[in-house]
Amino acid sequence: MKVDLDINKQKHTVEVEPRLSLLDCLRDKLLLTGAHAGCEHGVCGACTVLVDGAAVRSCLMFAVQADGVAITTIEGLAPGPGELSPLQDAFCETHGMQCGYCTPAMILAAHALLSNNPNPTREDIVEAISGNICRCTGYAQIVEAIALAAERMRGLNRPEQRR
Amino acid sequence: MSALKPFRYVSSDSRVREDRRFVVGKGNFAADIVPHGTKHVALVACPYPAARIVSIDKTAALAMPGVHYVLDGQELAGATSVLAAGLDTPNVPRRPLAVDVARYAGEWVAAVVADSRALAEDAAEAVAVEYEQLPFVLDAETAYAGGTLVHEAHGSNVLLDRTFVWGEVDKDFAASPHRFKHRVKWGRSSTVPVETFGVTASWDPWREILDVWASIQMPKYPDQMAMALKLPMSSVRVHYDVDVGGSYGVKRGIKHSVLVGYLSRRLGFPVRLIEDRLENMRGGDMHGPERLFDVEVAYDDSGVIRSMKMRALDNVGAYAGRSPFQLGKPVGAIVGPYRIKSVQYQAIAVVTNKTVQEAVRAFGQAPTNYAIERTFDEVANRLGLDRLELRRRNLIKHDEFPYLIPSGSTYDSGDYHTVIDKVLAHAGYGELIAERVRLRGEGLLAGIGIAACLEPSGGNSSFEPLLNPKVGTTTWMDSCRISVDLVGSITATMHTTSAGQGHETMVGTVVGEVLDVDPESVRVVRADSLNALPSNSPVGSRMAIMLGGAAFHAANKIKDKLIAIAAHDLGVPAERLVYQDGNLSDASAPDKTRTWMELVTMAHRHIHKLPEGMEPGLSVSHIMPVPTGGGLPTADGRVQMYPCYSFEFHLVLLAIDPDLGKPEIKRYVVGHDCGTVINPKIVRGMTMGGIAHGIGAALYEEFAYNEDGLLVAQNLMDYLLPSSHEVPNVEIVHHCTPSPYTVFGQKGSGESGYLGAPAAIASAVNDAIKPLGITVDSLPIKAAYLGDMIAAAREGSR
Repeated sequence: MKVDLDINKQKHTVEVEPRLSLLDCLRDKLLLTGAHAGCEHGVCGACTVLVDGAAVRSCLMFAVQADGVAITTIEGLAPGPGELSPLQDAFCETHGMQCGYCTPAMILAAHALLSNNPNPTREDIVEAISGNICRCTGYAQIVEAIALAAERMRGLNRPEQRR
Repeated sequence: MSALKPFRYVSSDSRVREDRRFVVGKGNFAADIVPHGTKHVALVACPYPAARIVSIDKTAALAMPGVHYVLDGQELAGATSVLAAGLDTPNVPRRPLAVDVARYAGEWVAAVVADSRALAEDAAEAVAVEYEQLPFVLDAETAYAGGTLVHEAHGSNVLLDRTFVWGEVDKDFAASPHRFKHRVKWGRSSTVPVETFGVTASWDPWREILDVWASIQMPKYPDQMAMALKLPMSSVRVHYDVDVGGSYGVKRGIKHSVLVGYLSRRLGFPVRLIEDRLENMRGGDMHGPERLFDVEVAYDDSGVIRSMKMRALDNVGAYAGRSPFQLGKPVGAIVGPYRIKSVQYQAIAVVTNKTVQEAVRAFGQAPTNYAIERTFDEVANRLGLDRLELRRRNLIKHDEFPYLIPSGSTYDSGDYHTVIDKVLAHAGYGELIAERVRLRGEGLLAGIGIAACLEPSGGNSSFEPLLNPKVGTTTWMDSCRISVDLVGSITATMHTTSAGQGHETMVGTVVGEVLDVDPESVRVVRADSLNALPSNSPVGSRMAIMLGGAAFHAANKIKDKLIAIAAHDLGVPAERLVYQDGNLSDASAPDKTRTWMELVTMAHRHIHKLPEGMEPGLSVSHIMPVPTGGGLPTADGRVQMYPCYSFEFHLVLLAIDPDLGKPEIKRYVVGHDCGTVINPKIVRGMTMGGIAHGIGAALYEEFAYNEDGLLVAQNLMDYLLPSSHEVPNVEIVHHCTPSPYTVFGQKGSGESGYLGAPAAIASAVNDAIKPLGITVDSLPIKAAYLGDMIAAAREGSR
C-alpha cells in the first residue's frame, strides 16, 4: 500500500507492506540510515526519531502510522553540508559518544528536550535520555553535551524556539 | 624510549575527528552497506539445550515467495573447515551451523536466504526440524565432574585444566599464621553492544575475491575466514572502513562471516546477516566469562599476604573458540597491584550446554580482579584492620618498579600509594565515612567500596603458547603507513576497524606531534585486508601503545628522510639541521633553509637532488612488535604477558534500601593512572564507560538460564543494561606515571573502569550488609536477591 510521509520537511510517497516498521521504511526505502536498529523491541532507543517534535521509537511504529505526521530524522538536523547544529557541535565538543551508534537517537532525544525546556537541570537531561541506551560512554559526556548546547542556545536570539 | 616533552598536540584536549560523521548520522555501519542485489539471512535455532537433529524439512520454506535457499549444517560442514579454536581440542569442533547435534538452546541449525529479512524470517519459521532431545549439563562443577558429556568424542567436558605453581607456595603457607579461603562467583554477562553483529559478503567469481563488510573487532579475522572457506587469503578482502557500533571485545562473528561467505559463493549474489537481538543474545556466541573462584590466602598478623592459591573454573559454553584464553591473560597480573610472593593458580575451562563465550573487555582480568579484591576485604575484616590499610601494607611501592611478579611478568611502572592518597584527598575520606554514618542513621544500609587493580595493556598474545604449547604465537604487531604526496599533504593509513576508540584522532595527533604539523591536516584512512600491513585489531588495551607507536615510528622515518634530503641539498651535516613546522634550517646559518614544499618537491619530482641511492617519494611503513613481547613461557609457565600496567583505584559510597534491596550509588570517585594520555576526552570517556559497564556486571546484567536449559534473559527487557538513571556522576582523579616502554610514556586505557568497578560495587554492598552478619559473593547482585538476603538476616536476628 502507499503511504505519504513528511520527513525532514520533504514529502515522500512510499509503497510499503502494512507490517513494515517506520525504522525499516526510513532505512531501506528512503536510505535514511542515521536511525539505527538496536533491539527492535523498544528498549534501547537507537531508532529514535522525532514525530511532531516528540522523541519516538521508530521500531515500534508502522510506516503506515506515520501518514500525516511530521517526522524529523538526524539527517534533518544539520543546517547544511558540512555544518553542524549547536547540539551536534556540543556533542563533538564534549565527545559525547564513542562508537556513534546510539548518537543520532541520543541527539534527537536531546533535541526534543531542548525544544521544550531550554534550561534543563541535570536531572531533566538524565530523564530525557533515560530511554536511550549508550554502552560506550557511561552517559557523562552526553549529559555534558546537552547542558553545553542548552547554555549556548540560550545565548542565541531564537524566539521561535520558545513556547 | 624517546620522551618528547613538552608535547605540542599529545595530551591536549582536542576534539575527536570521528565524531563529526556520527553526530549527523553518517557513520558507515555494517547495516548501512547494502551492495546491489543483496539477499538476507534469517536463522533457524534449536529450542533445546541439547538435541540430535533427526531431520530438516526445507520444502515449505523453499516454496515461499522470495526464498532462495535453505542451508543446513551438513552441507556447510562438507564445504568448509572447522572454525579455529585456541586450545588443542580437535574433538570439540565448532561450526557456524550445528551438524547432527545441537548443543545449546539457540544454536543455529539452518540459515534461510530470501529477498528481504522479513521474508527470510517468515521462511525460517516454516523450516521443519525434527529433534530428539538429549541430556544436558549447565553447571560448571557438574560438567567438570563428568557424567553428561557435551562432546562425546572429547571424552570429558574439560578443555583446560592446568595448575601452575610460581614460587614457594607450600612453604609460604606453612610459615603464615593465618589463612582464609572462600568462593566467589562472577556471573555470566557480556558487553552487549547496542549494535548487534552484522556482516555482508559478496563473491566476485571473475576476480575471485570475496568482499567482506563486517562489524568486526577480531585479530586474525581475514586469515580465519580464508582458512574456513578454503580460499587463499589473497581472495578475502575485509573492508576496515566499517564503523563498528560498539564491541568491547565481543564482535568476533567468525561463524556468521563464514556462513554468509559460503552462501555468497554458493548462490552468486551478495548475502548479509544482521543479527536481530534474539539471534544476538542466544545464538551470537558473545557471552562473557562465567567463573567460580576458590581463593585461599596465607597472611601474617600485620596483614601481609604472602601467598595465594586460586582455582578459577570457567563455564565457556558449548564450544571452545578463543574464550579459554581468558583464563590465561590474568596470569600477567595474577597478584594484582600487590607484593604476593608466591601463587598457585589452577585454570579450568569446561564446556556446558550454554551459549558460547567470546572475548569480553579485559579478557578475564576483571573477574580475577574482583576475586582478589573480595579476598582482601575479607582478610581485613578478619584481622579487624581497615581495608585501605591492608591494601597499603601489600601494595608494590613506587621505588620497586620495574617489578617482577611470581608468574613471570614485569610491571613497567606505577605509583599506587600516591594515586590512592590523591583519591582519598579528593573525596574527603573522613567525610565519606561520616556520610555513611549519617545514612545508616536514616535506616539505610550504607557501605563504602574500595578496589585497587591493574589494567594490563599492550595486547601481547603470550597466553596462547602458555595454554596451548602447540601455538608459537607470542606477540602481535601493529602497523602504520604514511605518505606525503607531491603537493605536500600527509595521509596516514591504519589497518584495522575501530569500535569507537578514536584511532583516527590518535594517529592524526601522533603524526602531527612528530612532524610538527596541525593534526587536523593529517588525513587518516583505513586499508582493506588485501593492501594492509599487519594489524591485530584493537584488543588488549593495545592501540595507544601499538598503533600510536607505529604511527610515531613511521612519522619519524618521514622526518629522517626529509632531514637527509635537506642535508644533502644544503651540503651540511644532518646533525646541524633544525626541524620546525616541517621546515629545516641550518643551526649555524639560519638563512640556509629548505621548506616542507621544497623538500617534498625534491622527493617526488627533482629526484636528481636526492642523496645517491635514496628511494624517491615520501612513503614509509612501520610494523611494530609489542614492547617486551616475543618470549616463550618457561616450563613452569612463567612469561611476560603484557608490557604496560595501568592502575585504577575506585572509591564508592552506596546505600541500600533495606526493604527493597535496591542499591543506590551516592558517590563514585576513581583514580586513574594510564601514563601519558594522548587524548584526554577519549580516555575519560573510556573510563566512564568502563565503570558504567562494571556497574551493570555488578548489579544488573546476567545471561540467566532456567532449569530446562533455556536462556531466560534473551532480550533487553530481561538483560538489563544500565541507563542514565543507573550510572552516577563519576569523578576521575588523574595521575601520570609514564611507562618506560612506550614512545610517549602512554599505557592502555581501553578497558579502564571495568577492571575495578565490579569489585568496588561488591565491596560497597558487602560493607553495607556487614552489620547484618552476611556477605554476598556472587555477581550480579540483583536487588531481588539482595532484598531476600537482607530480609532473611533481619528475620533471623529478631
